[in-house]
Amino acid sequence: MLNPEEEIRLIREEILPGFQPPEPRFLIPILQEIQARLRYLPLAGLRIVSDYLGMSAAAVWGTATFYSQFRFAPPGQNQVKICLGTACHIKGGEAILESWERELKIKIDETTPDRAFSLERVACVGCCALAPVMAVNDLIVGKSSPISVKGVILKSQIPNKSQ
Amino acid sequence: MKRNIAIRIQEAWEHLQNRVQGGEERKDIPEIRLGTATCGRASGALETLAAFREEISRNSLQVRLLEVGCVGHCYAEPIAVVANPGFPPILYGSVTPGVARRLVRDFLGAGDPCLEFALGAVEENEKIPSIFELPRFRMEKKIILEHAGWIDPARGEEYLLRGGYRGLFQALGMDPREVIRAVKAAGIRGLGGAGFPAGEKWETCRAFPGKPKYVVGNGDEGDPGAFMDRALLESDPFSVLEGMTIAGYAVGSRRGFLYVRAEYPLAVERARAAMESLRGLGLLGKDILNSGFDFEIELVRGAGAFVCGESTALQASIEGKRGMPRVRPPHSVERGLWGKPTLLNNLKTLAVAARVLDQGSPWFRSFGTPRSKGTVVFSLAGKIQNTGLIEVPMGTTLRELVFASGGGVPKKKTLKAIQIGGPSGGCLPASLADTPVDFDSLNAAGSIMGSGGMVILDEDDCVVRTARFFLDFTQKESCGKCTPCRIGTYQMLKILNNLVLGKGSDSELKLLEDLAFEVQEGSLCGLGQTAPNPVLSTLRYFRDEYEAHYREGRCPARACRDLIAYYILPEKCSRACEVCVGACPVEAIATGAKGIKVIDQNKCVKCGSCYGDCPPEFQAVIKVSPPAKLREYEAKSSFPRKLTNDDLRLTNENEKK
Repeated sequence: MLNPEEEIRLIREEILPGFQPPEPRFLIPILQEIQARLRYLPLAGLRIVSDYLGMSAAAVWGTATFYSQFRFAPPGQNQVKICLGTACHIKGGEAILESWERELKIKIDETTPDRAFSLERVACVGCCALAPVMAVNDLIVGKSSPISVKGVILKSQIPNKSQ
Repeated sequence: MKRNIAIRIQEAWEHLQNRVQGGEERKDIPEIRLGTATCGRASGALETLAAFREEISRNSLQVRLLEVGCVGHCYAEPIAVVANPGFPPILYGSVTPGVARRLVRDFLGAGDPCLEFALGAVEENEKIPSIFELPRFRMEKKIILEHAGWIDPARGEEYLLRGGYRGLFQALGMDPREVIRAVKAAGIRGLGGAGFPAGEKWETCRAFPGKPKYVVGNGDEGDPGAFMDRALLESDPFSVLEGMTIAGYAVGSRRGFLYVRAEYPLAVERARAAMESLRGLGLLGKDILNSGFDFEIELVRGAGAFVCGESTALQASIEGKRGMPRVRPPHSVERGLWGKPTLLNNLKTLAVAARVLDQGSPWFRSFGTPRSKGTVVFSLAGKIQNTGLIEVPMGTTLRELVFASGGGVPKKKTLKAIQIGGPSGGCLPASLADTPVDFDSLNAAGSIMGSGGMVILDEDDCVVRTARFFLDFTQKESCGKCTPCRIGTYQMLKILNNLVLGKGSDSELKLLEDLAFEVQEGSLCGLGQTAPNPVLSTLRYFRDEYEAHYREGRCPARACRDLIAYYILPEKCSRACEVCVGACPVEAIATGAKGIKVIDQNKCVKCGSCYGDCPPEFQAVIKVSPPAKLREYEAKSSFPRKLTNDDLRLTNENEKK
C-alpha cells in the first residue's frame, strides 16, 4: 500500500492529467480511476479532485457518497462480494452471507483485523442463472453453498494458489 | 447531389464488404468457439479455455480458438461450438477442461465427434440431430440476440459477415424522417420497461429545437435478477452500437453515450473493444461510409445506483452529479443531457431498430401480438431447470416459457408464482400461467414487462419474504429526493420486517396497503411509483399468506427463517448416507443411535443446506412451521426417546472427551 504522500502524487501526476480539459462530467470517471489504482478514495485525494474540477468539496463528497461503488477505506486483500439479487435471494444467498460472517467473524461491510478479507454485498452481478453467486476478488463463483465458504478461505491461505 | 451521396455510400459499402470477405480466414482448419461471457466464466470457462490451448499445442494441431459470448443457455455453460471440416458444427454443453481435452484429442485429432457431450449440431444435416429440434430452440425467435454467442464480440468483421450494419447502410441512404417512419411503422415499443413507442420518441427528439442533440444507450440494468443487457453487450455489442448510430442519424445527433453498469466489467471491456474495431472499419467516427455523417460514441460507466436506470437520473450521472431524478416534463427528448434534446433508449430497443432498418417494418410486424410487436428477451432464473436467456415472440404464454422452454421447476416441486420485472414488477400466481407476455396483458394482471427479469418461485418460496426483499432493495436504493419514496418505503419495510418475524396485526396490514397506494401516487419517479408493486401484487393474490404470518406465526411456504425449524424424519433417514452432515456449515447435524441423523436445534442456523442436499430418494429433511410443531413430530416418532437433541449433545461431548 502507498503512503498518503504517494497517493496524492499518483492522483495529481498520473490520474488527473488523463482528463483534459477539467469538466464536471469527469468527476465519476476520475473517482473510478482513483479507486481502480488505490482500491479506495482517500479523503485528501477528493480535495485535490475538487480543486482540479473547480467544484466545491461538498459537491464532490456528495457525488462520491451517493454511489455504492465508492469506498473510503481500503478493502481487505481478498474482497468478497455476496450477491443478494433476486435469484440469489431465492436460492439462499443470505445463508451464504451468514456463513462468511460466521467464518470470518466480521459483519457485512467490515474487514478482518489482519486485513485478509473484507465482506460486501452486491445488488446483482448478472449471473442469476448460476445463483447463488459470490465474487471473490474478480472471480465469480456460481452455484455456491454455505459450506463452500470454508473451501474458499482455505484456498486463499495456500501461498501462490490464492487466485 | 443527393444521388451522388447515395452512390458514394454504395461504393463505400461494397468496398467494406469486399475487404471483410477478402480477409476471411481459411475454412479448411478446425475452429473452436468457446463462450466466455460472465456466466461461462462463473462456470469455469477460463479453465476450459486454458485446457483447449494446452491440448491443441500438445497435439501440434492447427486450430482457430475464439472466445465468443453467450447463446443464452446458461445452465449448460461452459458452451463450445466445434467446427471440424467434414462435420457440421456441433454445440457442446458443460465443457469442462476434461471434455475440452477429449474434444481436441478425439474429435479434432481422431475424428470421433464425442456425441455424448453434444447438445446437437448447429445446422441441419444428415448425420447429427440438430439443436433446433430441441423444444427451447423451436420456441425461440432471435431478433435481438440473433448474433449473440456466435460472433467474436471484439471483431466487427464477424458481425458484418453475418449481415450486420446493413441496417445503417440502408438508413444512410434514406432521409432521416424516412428512418423514423420505418421505426414507427414497425411499432417498436421501448424494451426498458414502460413500452413507450420508440418512433414517437425519435420523432419528438428530432423535431425539438436545440443543438447539439445526444443519443444515450441505457445499459444500467439495475433489476437484480435480470441480465439481458449484460449478455447482449458481452456477446454482441455491435447490434447496440449500430442501433445507436442509426438513432443518431435519425434524430440529428453526432454524439452518443453508452451507459453501462459498474457491476459489469466484462461488458465494458467488450463494448470498448467493439467500438475500437468499428472505428478501424470506418463505421464509427468521422464520415461514416462516405456519407458525410459523423457519429462518435463514448462509454460511460455507472457507479452503482439503481435509480440511474431512470432517464433523468442517468443523465445527471453522466454530467457528474448525484443520480437524482427531476420532475418531468420537460422530457429528456426536449431537455436532457446538459439541457439539450436527448434520445434515451434501452439497449435492446436500439438493437431492434438496427434489424428493422435492415429487414423492413412488415417483417418485424409479423412477430408478436396486435399491440406488442416483435420479440421479448427474458432472463430465466430462480427455481427453474434450464436457466438462461430466452427470446420469444410477444404473446408467448408464461406457461410455455416456464415449462416448454425452461424445462419446468426442478426437484418435482410445484410452481407457485412468477416474478416479472424485478423491484418494479409483480408476482403472478401459477393460476395465471396462461397469461401471454405482452405489455398490456402483464399490466392487466398487476405486473409489468419491465426490463425482462423473470424469477420463478416454487412451493418453498414465501411471497411475503420476497416482497420484503424487494422493498428492502428499493428502500436502500431510494435516492431520498422525494418524501413518499424516502419515508414511505421505509415505513413499509418496517411492517414487512415484522411480518417475516411473525409479528403484525390486521391494522398494520391495512396500513401497509394504504402506504403502498400513497407511495405509488406520490413519488417523483418510476422507482417510487413502482416500488409498491411487489407488495400490492402479492397482497392481491396471496393475502392469506400474509395473514398466516402474524395470526398464527406460521409461514405457509416454510421459508421465513424465524418461523420454521428443520427436522429429519427418522423413519425416512437412510442412515448410511452422510450428505446432510457434510452440507451443514455449522456442524449441527450428528449421527444418533442406529445411524439416524439428528439436527441440533440450538446450533442450526436454518440455512437449508441439509434440506436442499438430502437425496431425492429419501427426502428425509422437512421444514415445519411454526417451529413449535417440532414437538408433535418428535412425539409421533416411534424411535426411542434417546434420539432427542439433549441426548445427542451428550453423545457429542462424550466423543470429544
